[in-house]
Amino acid sequence: MKHHKNHIERDNALVQPLNRRRALLTLGAAGAAGIALTPGIASAANKVKTTARIVIAGAGAAGLAAASRLSEALDGAKITLIDARKEHFYQPGFTLVGSGIKPAGYVVSTTAEYVPAGVELVQERVAEFDPEGKKVVTESGQAHAYDFLVVATGMKLEYGLIEGMEEDLIGKNGIGSIYHSPAKAEATWQAMSAFADKGGRGVFLRPGTEMKCAGAPLKYTFITDDYLSRRGQRSKAEVVYNSNNKALFSVPIVSEKVRMLFQERGIQVNYERVLKAIDPGKRIATFNTPAGTEEQGFDFIHVIPPMRAPEPIRNSPLPWQTGAWAAEGWLEVDKGTLRHVRYRNVFGVGDIAGVPKGKTAASVKWQVPVAVDHIVAEIAGKTSDALYTGYTSCPLITRLGRAMLVEFDYQNNLVPSFPGVIAPLEELWISWVMKTMALKPTYISMLRGRA
Amino acid sequence: MKELDPFILLAVFQEMLGPLLWILLAVVVLGLVAFVALLVREKGLVSRRLVRSEALGIVGGALALVLMAKVSSSGFTDAAGPADWFLIALVFGAGLVGSTILAYTIAGWWPARRQPAGTANAH
Repeated sequence: MKHHKNHIERDNALVQPLNRRRALLTLGAAGAAGIALTPGIASAANKVKTTARIVIAGAGAAGLAAASRLSEALDGAKITLIDARKEHFYQPGFTLVGSGIKPAGYVVSTTAEYVPAGVELVQERVAEFDPEGKKVVTESGQAHAYDFLVVATGMKLEYGLIEGMEEDLIGKNGIGSIYHSPAKAEATWQAMSAFADKGGRGVFLRPGTEMKCAGAPLKYTFITDDYLSRRGQRSKAEVVYNSNNKALFSVPIVSEKVRMLFQERGIQVNYERVLKAIDPGKRIATFNTPAGTEEQGFDFIHVIPPMRAPEPIRNSPLPWQTGAWAAEGWLEVDKGTLRHVRYRNVFGVGDIAGVPKGKTAASVKWQVPVAVDHIVAEIAGKTSDALYTGYTSCPLITRLGRAMLVEFDYQNNLVPSFPGVIAPLEELWISWVMKTMALKPTYISMLRGRA
Repeated sequence: MKELDPFILLAVFQEMLGPLLWILLAVVVLGLVAFVALLVREKGLVSRRLVRSEALGIVGGALALVLMAKVSSSGFTDAAGPADWFLIALVFGAGLVGSTILAYTIAGWWPARRQPAGTANAH
């Protein structure tokens, strides 16, 4: 990763202006009511004229945001968005569904409603990426040639890599997993709520792979602990968190704060435990540890599966060629520009990007404008100096009604949007209010390229 | 990242409130215009009416907090730090000031609408 060092140094200069922009996203700015401006419509004159063919693989948060921004910036480009799924999931809301705060419908909408005019949506799966031939091939065998490719396929949840685990088990036998889908997040809520009614042993964990929203495993542990307390069952319950490595969070200062909170709440912590197998009938989870395997009984378990790149990506030349990211198949992109290291006309944004931080919607919000800026600049015959600093945000819920608004970058710096007002490592109601009220509208605005 | 920040804020509020945003903005703008017109017409504040409106404003402030608690699936009892108290004060204050001005303006124009101009100040 030596070749990225200079980027980190340059990143620092960008942090301050970015913070100011984020600061304006505050809900607290009730003075916004006074703003009666209409959004400026980018006039055709400001757009870059081109006949470039741009293929965007994946119409999740990153793909849709990229489509919106590219169609806004370019005039005449042929933009093709490829994704088989008709539904769009607001994934940051899955924790709230799994906690009984919001219904499953809160996180479900349709992809079509966010596809900008002039962008073609191909409702198919990509079967093959051919960066040498500059084309992608869909399941039906149709080839889509491109001048630029934006890879935004997201990742695959690999429940099957845990012995004995099946997706159908979620919601049964005390097994939960909010990650799977809105319906399974709701089923997880039923299972967790039943556990909170009677107590027992609650087992929590995170996978040994890269994962999306590394805060969610912690949030769900905190929320379960809170429900147990509220229902008077905490004394009859054991809450155990199993970390895959020697930390609780990748940012040391946050990890330490979580450790303190876990200790305060009586949540036991095991380090270096990776879920290997699950026996739903006997309710036993088997973990790999440095000293061999370890069995843990459970009355409720929150399973978070290993995550890796979708198969067509792993079978292509696009992933990292060495290291842990090669095995998991994450795209080999420059962590500052998000441009593919070997294929200059390929960019990776969102969960699929092989960068050290940021598999969250907040990261997407800051990654997409950077990748788009580089594409548009290249089309216009210019160069862009836009860089992604690794900004990621996690409203880390620590109990119902409170969260810590944790924001950080590649260097593990805390980069609070509201320094001196919203302390990043304090459990605050205002952070919870942002999570429940402001985040979804901000996310939807991002899909439309307006935030 | 070249966009103007107020537009982002506007976009977010538009997503949050939908058409309600424009209705709320209209109420704020029309309410303020009517309030200022009333001040000009009456050449100042009528203290009796202001006190009554303020009493109503306290109810408005409390209602704003209840609404906030409902939409955020939480309550001000979850407040844990200065930023939270600030938010509570802000929400309560906005509810108080908004409903006071609205009540004062309506109470001021209501008799004026029914009585000939000039007699509205009689009470």
